[in-house]
Amino acid sequence: MSEIRDMTGREAMREAMSAAMRADPRVFLMGEDVGEYGGCFAVSMGMLEEFGPERIRDTPLSESAFVGAGIGAAIAGMRPIVEIMTVNFSLLALDQIMNNAATLRHMSGGQVGVPLVIRMTTGGGRQLAAQHSHSLDGWYAHIPGIKVVAPGTIEDFRWMLQRALDDPDPVIVFENGALYNASGPVPDTDPGVPLERAVVRRPGRDLSLVTFGGTLPLCLAAADELAAEGIEAEVVDLRSLRPLDDATIMASVQATHRAVVVDEGWRSVGISAEVAARIMEQAFYDLDAPVGRVATAEIPLPYPDHLERAAMPSVAKVVAAARAAMQGRVADPGEVVTA
Amino acid sequence: MNRLDAETRRSLLRDMIFVRRFEERCAQLYQQTKIRGFLHLYVGEEAIACGVGHLLSDDDAAVGTYREHGHALMKGVPPGAVMAEMFGRVDGCSGGRGGSMHLFDAGRRFYGGNAIVGGGLPLAVGLALGDKLAGRERVTVCFFGEGAVAEGEFHESMNLAALWQLPVLFACENNLYAMGTALTRSEASTDIALRAITYGMPSWPTDGMDVEEVVAATRRALSYVRTGAGPAFVEYRTYRFRAHSMYDPERYRDKAEVAEWRHRDPITILLERMVADGEIDDADAARAAIEAEVDAEIDTAVEFADASPVEDVADLERHLYAEAPR
Repeated sequence: MSEIRDMTGREAMREAMSAAMRADPRVFLMGEDVGEYGGCFAVSMGMLEEFGPERIRDTPLSESAFVGAGIGAAIAGMRPIVEIMTVNFSLLALDQIMNNAATLRHMSGGQVGVPLVIRMTTGGGRQLAAQHSHSLDGWYAHIPGIKVVAPGTIEDFRWMLQRALDDPDPVIVFENGALYNASGPVPDTDPGVPLERAVVRRPGRDLSLVTFGGTLPLCLAAADELAAEGIEAEVVDLRSLRPLDDATIMASVQATHRAVVVDEGWRSVGISAEVAARIMEQAFYDLDAPVGRVATAEIPLPYPDHLERAAMPSVAKVVAAARAAMQGRVADPGEVVTA
Repeated sequence: MNRLDAETRRSLLRDMIFVRRFEERCAQLYQQTKIRGFLHLYVGEEAIACGVGHLLSDDDAAVGTYREHGHALMKGVPPGAVMAEMFGRVDGCSGGRGGSMHLFDAGRRFYGGNAIVGGGLPLAVGLALGDKLAGRERVTVCFFGEGAVAEGEFHESMNLAALWQLPVLFACENNLYAMGTALTRSEASTDIALRAITYGMPSWPTDGMDVEEVVAATRRALSYVRTGAGPAFVEYRTYRFRAHSMYDPERYRDKAEVAEWRHRDPITILLERMVADGEIDDADAARAAIEAEVDAEIDTAVEFADASPVEDVADLERHLYAEAPR
């Protein structure tokens, strides 16, 4: 019987990386301030002392070069974990991610695989303004050739990384910054959930809240509120954005007949659009209401707390969208902006 | 003078003529629409790939650009597989998926075929990092043009390789034009070899039209890299005789300039030197004999490519992620 411990997202990811590095000499961590500083978000605190500077490798502020170096080292047989401080900085490495990591296997006719893990912090809500707060998970999920995952539970912060390291292809792990300080129960043995599988975090008969990452805790809180009104929401945690686990999504929607997709990214051309389209394609005749969406307002995130909160998904917005779905309609923008 | 022995010279001469004739055949096949897409020919620059290739072992890695046919051939990729790749056939060295700009051969450690200028440099740094971490003593050679010097990735990669003392040979093929942009119109400081020194690595310019100079400079650089002390840089000063690609009307350079450089043809330079040293009696006859020999090999490569099937459309979505052996 597995023992359960409470820990933070930060501790869980540190344990995951440390365990992987103890088990496999090919695994190493590199990125900005991962060593001496202990990680910008203190995720790798203490790892330099255990593993030394060869394997906890501080890099210059050269995102393109150190991501590309991770790709090359992966091809040369290593299992690198590359940490990018925030998703906004990853844009400086987009050439390597898109033009090399995602394409090398294909353009070499299957010869050159890139078993690389890239971890990056994503998400807003911390008043970090318009260059440190975005959720570009959906952008990356657009790219064939990489896999994109986003842990939304502390259990996944602890156990998803090893699945990503075991994968023979590049995997980007989006870690919502708000979850580093969050606590949750973690089993001390691997629950063995496949990397690409969505998981129902709370069962419910009335509607499906489909979400991932930083908005999972918010949907679970919304489901509690809705339950008090007699609405039983099922919460589906996507976990993987590429590939999407259509089977789990559709099984839920076919049982509840209503769905609201909740995503911290922008609404237009994002994950919520993709999930809604797939539901339309695969479960249209099961629906009793149009698919609702709660996403971030289409602006760069503003600094002031009240404006940032107004821009981002919230428990109240999810509840409003769920209520509208129960009435067979989508919430109008006013309902979810002011909620 | 960095003179090589007669046997090595003969071997390099043959390699350069092979690459030259291979590229000329590619141009014909492009006109015949057997090859499509972008096609960038290496004519004029053969001394570099042949001279560097001469010094690499099977275990060393090479990363190339989109003008990489010569590098692939000199890394041992079979001519038939290179030609079949340009034909988009299943027996191509990348299974037909890459084309002229994306030649790969993982078994021979030839890692592209990179068509983003500067994009191959971080990759080469990583290949060398993997070797260093695994304790393997081998070298990664990274070819790129002088156009890459304007890219941020160039500077990031140079710094990272030097900072971490990685076994990379940065091989800059300075043919003076980034597509149509002359070096003097794109760089405030045009002494590329000098700039590399500021990153903390040994760096030399060399005459990229003289294969013996190429070998000498490369040997010196590689012997440094192989000590494990870190990367080295060689700037090969060269010239592209033909257009940038098959679409290029060459409005950006004078015909007189091209003609001037054609007097410095690397094949002619070596041939004339071999005649002067009494290793060959008649340059024209020697060249014709080698051409006949390599043309026969190229014929075989073209026949191989022509006979190779196209990929089944049912396989369209393959090679995206790892798949179980079939």
